[in-house]
Amino acid sequence: MKRWKLVSLLMVFVLTILAACGQETGSGESSEGNTSDGGGEAVTRHAIVFKSTGNPFGEKLMEGFENAIEEVEGEAILRAPEQPTVEGQIQIIEELISQQVASITIAANDYDGLEPVLKKAINKGIKVISVDSAVNGDSRMVHVNQADPEAIGRIQIQATSEMIGGKGQIAVLSATSQASNQNLWIEWMKKELEKPEYDKMELVEVAYGDDLRDKSVSETEALLQSYPDLKAIIAPTTVGIAAASKVITDKGLQGEVVVTGLGLPSEMAEYIENGVSPWMYLWNPIDLGYLAGRTADALVEEQITGAEGDTFEAGDLGSYEVVKTEDGTEVLLGDPFEFNKDNIDEWKDVY
Amino acid sequence: MSTRIVSNIQKFTWKRFFLQWEWMLIALLVIIFTINSNISPYFLNYTSITDATMTFLDKAFIVFPMVMIMIMREIDISVGSTAALSSIVMATLYNAGVPMVIAIVACLLVGALCGFFNGYLLVKYRELSAVIVTLSTMILYRGIAYMILEDRSAGDFPDWFSYFGWGYVGGIPFILCLFVVLAIGFVLLLQKTTIGRRIYAVGSNPKASRFSGVKVDKIKLLVFTLAGLMAAITAIFLTSRMGSTRPNVANMYELDVIAMVALGGISTVGGKGKMLGAVLAVFVIGYLQFGLGLINIPAQMLLIVIGILLIVSVTVTNFRVTRKAPQRKAKKNQAKKVS
Repeated sequence: MKRWKLVSLLMVFVLTILAACGQETGSGESSEGNTSDGGGEAVTRHAIVFKSTGNPFGEKLMEGFENAIEEVEGEAILRAPEQPTVEGQIQIIEELISQQVASITIAANDYDGLEPVLKKAINKGIKVISVDSAVNGDSRMVHVNQADPEAIGRIQIQATSEMIGGKGQIAVLSATSQASNQNLWIEWMKKELEKPEYDKMELVEVAYGDDLRDKSVSETEALLQSYPDLKAIIAPTTVGIAAASKVITDKGLQGEVVVTGLGLPSEMAEYIENGVSPWMYLWNPIDLGYLAGRTADALVEEQITGAEGDTFEAGDLGSYEVVKTEDGTEVLLGDPFEFNKDNIDEWKDVY
Repeated sequence: MSTRIVSNIQKFTWKRFFLQWEWMLIALLVIIFTINSNISPYFLNYTSITDATMTFLDKAFIVFPMVMIMIMREIDISVGSTAALSSIVMATLYNAGVPMVIAIVACLLVGALCGFFNGYLLVKYRELSAVIVTLSTMILYRGIAYMILEDRSAGDFPDWFSYFGWGYVGGIPFILCLFVVLAIGFVLLLQKTTIGRRIYAVGSNPKASRFSGVKVDKIKLLVFTLAGLMAAITAIFLTSRMGSTRPNVANMYELDVIAMVALGGISTVGGKGKMLGAVLAVFVIGYLQFGLGLINIPAQMLLIVIGILLIVSVTVTNFRVTRKAPQRKAKKNQAKKVS
């Protein structure tokens, strides 16, 4: 009896695997069909590799990339390792090199760790760009950056000043203490605060919520306790801003303490509508992905080489210029986008 | 109590020869190659296959000692952290001005030391289970790696160092050459030497082997130290491929390695399985992943496929074991019914 049970169990598994294989073969054939349709002139294939799977920001980024590639009648390949590791990304890039894609766009898990494999790709004639999270200048042709860190830092102080009438205590609730983008933005916030018009504003503390909801909530509560006269919290991170807004709402402090910073519209809609956060900022990940896709296409079509001063048309977004950075060159998407009561409704379902 | 009848004169029969799990793995490999070259036009060419081999072989070095460890009914889940720590030590020493060759030696030493420490704890405190001990050292080693380098990365290695991860010996990747040499060595070690036979003996019955004079502790120490050493070799190849390193490298490598060993037909209750099976399993999983990667299936789907493959293989190996000892099972069932 026992043996028959095992045999039947086994058969079920074998059938499952066969079914899975069948599906794969099916989808494989269809995509193969796509590429071999043109016969001699195959569709140009552009690949994007994000940090890891299951990241809403990454999904929107890849969606934008796919839109751009579809507009130029190419085929988009969307990949991400299931863990945010360099090893996983190297493996995927090797697979893409073997497939002879025209371009690889990467949101890197490490600034330097992908250099050997990306150099190999470049040597094989593949165009390599980075987006969102950069790789070093030697391993990319151009980086597509969301916004100038200076603009991101300064605009948040300007907004806060407007919200609280230019005077009072303010605090920053950041991600981790080592997060490089947040730290850079906070540096620019401090520089903006040195201007004479902010004399009556005082930055009392930079707290770190580590991008964890619980810790961000308790850090916000600690800030409110330590500084009873606190007028504003700036959270330049999507987790922090949502946590801070929730605490202010729960404590009924609407109107006394305002929250602003960088947040996801879908998470922040509630607090923008109830006035806790009059407005906040974020770049549009779909636009960012779209710009990356257009940049990849411009490189493949040899409209640009990634050198400083190159200009190209990025479809709906208009014209862009390649500018120089510390190491290498980049394309800037533009100023961060403002989300307020008037436009939050149309964005909260998008991302 | 289970009794195991071990006949020391095994008659050679063709039936037994072809019923070995290793043939199943070879068949699987052939199937994977056939399917892969059918679904992707980019699979079946020399560059693709060697490139893929270079990508998945780094962690495969840990498979050798892991086979021995699992045959001995133990497990080591700290190997990923050991690799990360050895890699960090190597990079830090080199950046501090130590010559690269010495940094590499230090990397191997640190790995071996980490492994030795695992073995020492297990031998010294026999009541502790290997899962708990290596879980603790897994956290410990990773913690030290983070302490040394914090959240930064280190690198800037000399150019020749990239040869490990990217170099070729007359058209064959260097890593593959070394892997094959070591594989032959380990197959002979486990299948043909006294140490190898003792490892099986310990796995089949630790108490009996201890009483019959097998130096269980010594073997355990040796095997765990080997695991650390191989993790350090993995670290060298991995670091060379990335050209830099950071504390979170080789994350979850232990699970990948254990999966390869399990697919290789090594029984988790110890005493069963062959080194060759695990070596074949490395290629089965590697080329399966590569092939599925070439048709760009999502990462989650990849996990599902490998998970199913593992379940099937474990069930099949288990099925073979039960069939060989039907009487034992029947007795157990009777005992259950009585109670």
